[in-house]
Amino acid sequence: MAAVEEAALDAKRIREDFPILSREMSGKPLVYLDSAATSQKPRRVIQAVTEFYERSNANVHRGVYELGAEATELFEGARATIAGFLGAPEPNSFVFTRGSTESINLVAHAWGRRFLEDGDQVLLTELEHHSNIVPWQLCARDTGAELSYVPITDDGLIDLDAVAASFTGRTRLVAITGQSNVLGTRPPIREIAEMAHEAGAKILVDAAQFASHNPVDVVELDVDFLTVAGHKMLGPTASGGLYGRPELLEEMDPFLGGGEMIMEVHPSTSTYKEPPWKFEAGTMNIAQEIGLAAAVDYLTEIGMKNVADHERELTAYALERLTAAGATVFGTHDPDLRGGAISFWFEDIHPHDLAQVLGDQGVAIRAGHHCAQILMRRLGVPATARASFHVYSTPEDVDALVEGLEAARQVFG
Amino acid sequence: MSLDDLYKEVILDHYKSPRNKRPLPGATVSKNRNNPLCGDEITVHARLDDDRVAEVTFEGQGCSISQASASMLTEATHGKTVGEADALAREFRGMMEGTVDPDEDAFGDLVALKGVVKYPVRIKCAVLGWDVLQEALGRPAGD
Repeated sequence: MAAVEEAALDAKRIREDFPILSREMSGKPLVYLDSAATSQKPRRVIQAVTEFYERSNANVHRGVYELGAEATELFEGARATIAGFLGAPEPNSFVFTRGSTESINLVAHAWGRRFLEDGDQVLLTELEHHSNIVPWQLCARDTGAELSYVPITDDGLIDLDAVAASFTGRTRLVAITGQSNVLGTRPPIREIAEMAHEAGAKILVDAAQFASHNPVDVVELDVDFLTVAGHKMLGPTASGGLYGRPELLEEMDPFLGGGEMIMEVHPSTSTYKEPPWKFEAGTMNIAQEIGLAAAVDYLTEIGMKNVADHERELTAYALERLTAAGATVFGTHDPDLRGGAISFWFEDIHPHDLAQVLGDQGVAIRAGHHCAQILMRRLGVPATARASFHVYSTPEDVDALVEGLEAARQVFG
Repeated sequence: MSLDDLYKEVILDHYKSPRNKRPLPGATVSKNRNNPLCGDEITVHARLDDDRVAEVTFEGQGCSISQASASMLTEATHGKTVGEADALAREFRGMMEGTVDPDEDAFGDLVALKGVVKYPVRIKCAVLGWDVLQEALGRPAGD
């Protein structure tokens, strides 16, 4: 198998870092192919969270005692680590949130409701996850802004001409996924950012999937906002955040009001802290963000280019094997244009039934609309089966998937 | 836990050869519902003759469990009074919740769906058609 010999990283060794991968499911060795839903966590991340609670737990930005200062240092250190991972110009351009959904809602509230006006356009695409649609619908309802969707090609790609044709004189924001959670498609963000800026619009990249599997440099991409989902990049659930261009964060409204985000509170008005603290009300997800920083260190040691190359090899292998087995794979089959989320149909077996039979073989895949109903309608299916990868995924996982398809054929054939 | 408990032959038979899966000209009620979690969709058509379910058909798309359950439903409720059909729906839901041990004679093929209880995620698939039926009969679930 060429995929193994040319391996960009040693997935077999990496697997040893993930305690959960040695368990069984339905009496069979666990084959975890649902990393696009949430990734598994290396021991180091689990330990970072445990260690924080065992040794350093205190609230941040408050205690004058040593422990409080230590917790604050760890928390702000995590910010610097994650911001650095994204190529952000300064740590303070990274706002902590519970993940990508909260980050997009933050921008829709604090930037959208502040600056969008009646008749302005927010440009989305047919690839978007509900988390990059619904916040804009709510924002549009309140501001009178209108939503448009860039159509995808039959191959599930975003064509730059189609993007260009979608701009109106009133386009104020392009909100686009960096990598589709359904098709793995990666739109050309750098080019789209340039088009957005030429049109006088801002660009937000939903990088829930993208940042988990590819090198990211927000300066090179020249994006205004970029959202991160920590739990999809080996970090704890409820970790992640938002990169925002510093001058934009500066002029935005706060998001949630409460303790820690204020300077002074008077009976009817308050003044707010500087970004990013202006957006961080209440006690934050301290242990989770420290855990995410440990995940980022882990990924950095492996190298994000190696992560991307590994998934490219695996995606190419999976496309080949699934197609040969008779599955219909949605989206482009060119592994250079897509990441490791593969949606497919097998025979006429409904994805739920397929996932059930595979689950019985120890193979965990996702079945459903993947929070992308607009894309499902465009693809003409109610749901798909989806296999997705991360650093610990191997060609053997793909083999187990294909064997599972055979078992499903026997039940439903 | 064995997959055979879930995918019994009679279920696969209803799935592959659904009974009464067609539009119903002259239907007095038609109701439609989908399961937003998975995209399964079922429409139930019924022709009510006074208090009797004279004819009932379904249309839809979805997994084997949702479609087989709907197919069985059309056979099980045919000719029953509205009250009897509603009672059967309640009993079926009870079987899915594990609180009712079904009368095998009255349940017929429906007994095969008992295995779904062991797969909690799939219970909503099995119940979907019955929810739609009860709505069509003016006896929505939960009342």
